[in-house]
Amino acid sequence: MRKWKTIEEQIFKVISFLAAYSVIAILLFLLFVVFNKGIGALSWDTILKLPKGGYYFGGEGGILNAIIGSFYLSVGATVLAVFIGLPAALFINVQLIRMKRVQNTIRYLLDALWGIPSIVYGAFGFAVMLFFGLNASLLAGIITVALLITPILVRAFDEVLKTIPVELQEASFSLGSTRTETALKVLFKQGFAGFITALLLAFGRGIGDAASVLFTGGYTDNIPISLDEPVATLPLAIFFQLSSPIEEVRQRAYAAAVVLTIFILVISVSARLLSKRYSRNIIK
Amino acid sequence: MFTEKLFKQTNAYTKSKLKMSKADIEKPIIQIKGLSVKTHEGEILKSINLDIPRNKIVVLLGPSGCGKTTLLKSLNRLTDLHKELIVGGEVLIDGKDILKASQDLPIMRQKMGLLSQRPFPLPVSIYKNVSYGLKLKGVRNKKLIAHSVESNLKRVGLWDEVKDRLNNPANSLSIGQQQRLCLARGLAVKPTIILADEPTSALDPISTKTIENLFKELKEHYTIILVTHVLRQAVRLADHVVFMYYGDIIEQGHPDDILKNPQTEILKKYLIDGN
Amino acid sequence: MNRSRRLTDLIVTIWMRGGLYLLLSIPALIAIGLYWKAAPLLANHSFAELILSAKWFPMKGEFGFMPFIYSSAYVTVLSFFLSAPLCLFAAVYLTQFGKKRLLNVMLPVIDILAGIPSVVYGVWGVLVIVPAVSDYVAPFFGTSSSGYSLLAGGVVLAVMCIPYMLNMLIEVFHTIPVGMKEASLSLGATHWEMVKHVIFKKGFPGIISAFGLGIAKAFGETIAVLMVVGNTLDISVSPFSPGYPLPALIANNYGEMMSIPDYDSALMFAALLLFVIILVINLFFRYFIHKTEQS
Repeated sequence: MRKWKTIEEQIFKVISFLAAYSVIAILLFLLFVVFNKGIGALSWDTILKLPKGGYYFGGEGGILNAIIGSFYLSVGATVLAVFIGLPAALFINVQLIRMKRVQNTIRYLLDALWGIPSIVYGAFGFAVMLFFGLNASLLAGIITVALLITPILVRAFDEVLKTIPVELQEASFSLGSTRTETALKVLFKQGFAGFITALLLAFGRGIGDAASVLFTGGYTDNIPISLDEPVATLPLAIFFQLSSPIEEVRQRAYAAAVVLTIFILVISVSARLLSKRYSRNIIK
Repeated sequence: MFTEKLFKQTNAYTKSKLKMSKADIEKPIIQIKGLSVKTHEGEILKSINLDIPRNKIVVLLGPSGCGKTTLLKSLNRLTDLHKELIVGGEVLIDGKDILKASQDLPIMRQKMGLLSQRPFPLPVSIYKNVSYGLKLKGVRNKKLIAHSVESNLKRVGLWDEVKDRLNNPANSLSIGQQQRLCLARGLAVKPTIILADEPTSALDPISTKTIENLFKELKEHYTIILVTHVLRQAVRLADHVVFMYYGDIIEQGHPDDILKNPQTEILKKYLIDGN
Repeated sequence: MNRSRRLTDLIVTIWMRGGLYLLLSIPALIAIGLYWKAAPLLANHSFAELILSAKWFPMKGEFGFMPFIYSSAYVTVLSFFLSAPLCLFAAVYLTQFGKKRLLNVMLPVIDILAGIPSVVYGVWGVLVIVPAVSDYVAPFFGTSSSGYSLLAGGVVLAVMCIPYMLNMLIEVFHTIPVGMKEASLSLGATHWEMVKHVIFKKGFPGIISAFGLGIAKAFGETIAVLMVVGNTLDISVSPFSPGYPLPALIANNYGEMMSIPDYDSALMFAALLLFVIILVINLFFRYFIHKTEQS
């Protein structure tokens, strides 16, 4: 009896040990493969040049169009998401502070919204485009990605805001502040670290998403100079070039994958560092 | 009958205690030698030496954060759950070092029943909470288990309150009932020691009194180690008081001596301020 | 209070309310928008016919979604069985058996990996999984395969789901009170018995929710699957044959969808189907989580 228990325990300890380390191994292997394949293909030309004539048959050029395009698109979408999401998150935590049930229902809905796949947002963005008579363009892409990342931004920011003690708000009210002033001067300031994290999280999600811009952003070899022009993005550049039969073109897809992965890593790590740095001044 | 035979076997341990020689009874049940607990940030217990006498209520007293809970949980090695703790020294339970135990750790832990600050019933029914320890021991006899559940629930005065709903989830009980259930659950594995970590801090005055009275009855057969910061509770219950401060034992002795005539400034100050 | 302060308060409050209402109306807007575009298809075909028919001939006006639904379900179930046990035991190790330092290192790593775009997982799938299936796995089972297969789709999805599910499981295990674990151990349970009786039992709703949300994520994942699954219309039991999940259908045909009648409507219907299924799964399991968080 005792012996069997010990054996059972040992077996499951080994299984869970193996599970944990194989998870780590798989994920490291993934990063290794992507970097190993891409670093060789990466050059300054790839990063700093636009596609030239014959690019898609292995000719000269780079993916600058996609890098800049992704950047424009994600910055635009993040700005729009902040415009909608920041006041919404503050509203949940200031005006609705006494209504726990309403708060919880809203959080519940937003969490469920977080799980909606980006292809659905893409299809919806397409429907909206048709409705307003827009073409696949930077603007349409920005709107679609903004819809995708706003729930993420709001919930991530809200997670931090909800930890701020109610007493702090009460103190602010008792000093004669309006709700707006309390929201901006107390909550926003206290939750600033969370805001930065949420911002970068949303930005990272926006820059990496392919399915939502497939319909709405279009694709171009140029850098867009106005909102109604189509825009290239990194994920789509990878996707299109990888399906090419020509080896040189596929090589650039690997390079683009490394660029995108580095962007994401930098964003994630700086989000962590910044949130640590800003959370120093928080009153607990 | 077969049931009775089994019952006698499980009672063997208690019986053997009755046969103990006088010298054995006077020997301390737990000997703590140079017990230290550290994290990377600092020391929680600084080389504790302490003998726990048999069949007494020993009260660990001291301000919060002084290490009394850590000391209590080192005794049955629940410190294992906190991977950041580094434990050194010896804790001899009936002469055997629990810190060096490996396969027999669960058996050694069954010598000690635990009562924590808040009741933590297991996520199963009332009945299964009480039978849990016996099942782990390998007891399969249904009659024996049913008998144990009934007698232990009776012992803590819970039987009449729950006998009609034994299959209800344990967290449907009130906090006071849950704490008594946790005591019954602990007694069902027939321990010789009861570790109680501020067991009444979450309870109402009536439940507190019930638990305290139970302790007074139980000390005839059990050694009870009680952590508390309530001075009056220590006075009411203790046979032996150990006063701790920042990971050290400052004073110990009979409550009438050390609480009425404290020798150290720290204890004097603690007794005046209350905390 | 002076006038300008009151005015600012009013304007900002309206802005806040507007933002929140807009946000909360997104699901309704999506449903309406997609339904609006899918309506022409639904006018010509019954819902049951669309779901149950396996005939997909857009040129002839026949739209049977069965093969796509089948493929989606296949890769999702496959990825679930590959990733769920792995995540469960990995989470047990990281939170119960392993050193605290390992968990502290792993948490940010898992977080970061969860943020890696799906297209990168797709690249990895094309580079590693597809050749592995065609060169090793399929020959091992005595068949041949191009590698672009349901199996490749399932594996890539499983790997994508790992950080996501693992994160949730670790959170679930952390919410289990230490006191309950102590109770089980002090009654004589071995460490593993404690995991079985307390962690799995008490964490059960959370574990189920993590699995459910993982399934929903896998079901809606697009680009990574699209890159490795072969995109061929086929209802096959073999994991080595190619498949064509719903999200891949939508993403793969956006180019020509305006040139065939009702084709755009069919793709929008696929998106609507995906939206409804995933929203329902999400609402269901999130409800579980919200209930347990509040109790």
